[in-house]
Amino acid sequence: MSLDMNKVVLSVRDVSVSYLARRGRVRAVSQVSFDLHAGETLALIGESGCGKSTLNLALIRQLPKNASIDSGSIAYTYRDGRTVNLLDFDKTAMRRYLWSECSMVFQGALNSLNPVLRVSDLVYETAAAHGIGRLEAQTRALKLFEQVRLDAKRVFNSYPHEMSGGMRQRVLLALSLLLRPQIVIMDEPTTAVDILTQRSILDVLKQLRAELNFSVIFISHDLAVAAEIADTVATMYAGEIVEIGPVNDVFYRSRHAYTLSLLNAAPRLSAGAETLESIPGSPPDLIEPPPGCKFHERCAYAQPICRTTPPPMVAYNNGAGRAACHETARVLADARHKA
Amino acid sequence: MVTDGSQTMTKTGQPLVQMEGIYRSFVKDRQVIPVLQDINLEVGENEILCLVGESGCGKTTTGKIIAGLLEPSRGVMRVADRAIGDYRGREKALLRRQLQIVHQDPFASLNPAHTIGDILSFPLKRHRMTEGGAALKRRIWELLTMVDLTPPGDMVNKYPHQLSGGQRQRVSIARALTVQPRLIVADEAVSMVDVSIRITLLKMLLRLRQELGLTIVFITHDLALAKYFAWEGRIAVMYLGRIVEIGRTPDVIAHPAHPYTRALLAAVPEADPELTRHKQTIALRSDDIPRLTDIPPGCAFHPRCPFFAAGTCDAHTPHLKAAPGWDQQVACLLVQQGAL
Repeated sequence: MSLDMNKVVLSVRDVSVSYLARRGRVRAVSQVSFDLHAGETLALIGESGCGKSTLNLALIRQLPKNASIDSGSIAYTYRDGRTVNLLDFDKTAMRRYLWSECSMVFQGALNSLNPVLRVSDLVYETAAAHGIGRLEAQTRALKLFEQVRLDAKRVFNSYPHEMSGGMRQRVLLALSLLLRPQIVIMDEPTTAVDILTQRSILDVLKQLRAELNFSVIFISHDLAVAAEIADTVATMYAGEIVEIGPVNDVFYRSRHAYTLSLLNAAPRLSAGAETLESIPGSPPDLIEPPPGCKFHERCAYAQPICRTTPPPMVAYNNGAGRAACHETARVLADARHKA
Repeated sequence: MVTDGSQTMTKTGQPLVQMEGIYRSFVKDRQVIPVLQDINLEVGENEILCLVGESGCGKTTTGKIIAGLLEPSRGVMRVADRAIGDYRGREKALLRRQLQIVHQDPFASLNPAHTIGDILSFPLKRHRMTEGGAALKRRIWELLTMVDLTPPGDMVNKYPHQLSGGQRQRVSIARALTVQPRLIVADEAVSMVDVSIRITLLKMLLRLRQELGLTIVFITHDLALAKYFAWEGRIAVMYLGRIVEIGRTPDVIAHPAHPYTRALLAAVPEADPELTRHKQTIALRSDDIPRLTDIPPGCAFHPRCPFFAAGTCDAHTPHLKAAPGWDQQVACLLVQQGAL
């Protein structure tokens, strides 16, 4: 896999998303910024309600009607070097963009496949919508099915119910690459699957990435999966990216108290007898978020300043990563320090 | 008796539940589906036993049989040294109370129209666990405190939708405790709650085990979680309706014997980038799990097993037993022969 850190495919700047609820505005995503490079896999990790799925829907402009993108820009750079702001796109432009430039793989493969259509129908339909002929589409699909280790011909003529969950998830992965997009967004793609199925999906994904060199935004609550496939990891809490950096930095030299707390709550198979700690309390109300650092009420490192002043984002290693935590020094001292 | 906190904390006390040659099948579309085959299992008093395996392996069916929600098709199920068929009348009712289950989905298992107070008072009244309104209220308070839903006064009048997933699961556990059970089957009980609060729930279950002398059968597909929760107990690994390996948790996790257990453990990603990227995975001969209606002859794992020996694995059915050089029991002919 070649990671081209010079070429930025997607540049997200200060994106905020809110939902209009009866009680008021829910600030689901606040001031999120990151760059996605060519060939890079970025894992967005966080717990339910942290805003990771809302951010994902904002990136593909598929937010529900009661949500709005309040600020920011999402710049996408085509293969030919042209750059556009996705927020300027109308519906037609967005339809053209999806699948051919950026595709999606969602959790729960059964729900994403139309039960009355054969896989071949899906292939033809998707291809036709983007001006690709049947023969070309079939050739590409068969090749991709082989790459994801499926019995290509059999799967091509199958209905979704004729395949196991793991096969369906691999079909979706293959279909997402049919139009050779630069970005694939995956929302919890291995969450509802068994261990050995998850292993085969992860292996297939790694192999495809090496062969086709696309970028991935991987949304998950599973730290272990992120540790395995991500180049870059971003931790989200209460709608903000609180820490982002190279995977080894985030796991071994965590700089945000929330990242470290998450790691300390996850059991590891190879670790022997473990003392794990939960994070007390629950995520804050996003209609009236607490002042200062949004994590302070649950944080073991909190100091008086955390209650009053939002922590600034501080970059490290010449901008390789950054974190927004007042207590980075103490967190870093307690981090795992390996590799 | 049951809630006597003075009970000693031996690792494996007297067997509370014994399953002897248990089979269970279901009929669907006139086809018999053998979900469990020849399960022999003992769960000791105050023990933690973890059932792990992939979907369809029979772990939930085993849990339901242990909790008394399902009858075996064949075989004998004993509780406290007596076959369950021998329990009659009041004894049977008492037995039924002693074995409880906590389900996976805290959104589906609590009636949305009832308050937390109602949810806990129904079983207390139905089984006459308390006498009089004051005692009932006191008991509900006590139960809510036990599962850390405090202050209880605020909780009793709430409805399930006003609680988080973790809090609802606490209510489910409190409800199971209303009838003073000796054993709780926790079926994927923390799978739907967030990473950060899982550990609190597990620690609470461990504390309740200690305080109430409970026996816990913990069902999960998450091996890391099984390892953490059952570190002091045992793990049973299931595949296509059979137990393929059982032993003390540290033994099974650190030195898996059965090829299936080895493959599972090798396949699990770890929350440690360097470790997980350099982990040696085991390639199986096939990615597909056979259907339960079409279980391969001999060892059911043989079509996928990387160590498959023709003439042995596809001809003879392995039974769970001790193998030389191993601390756990394993159902693999090759391991039993010392070839693996």
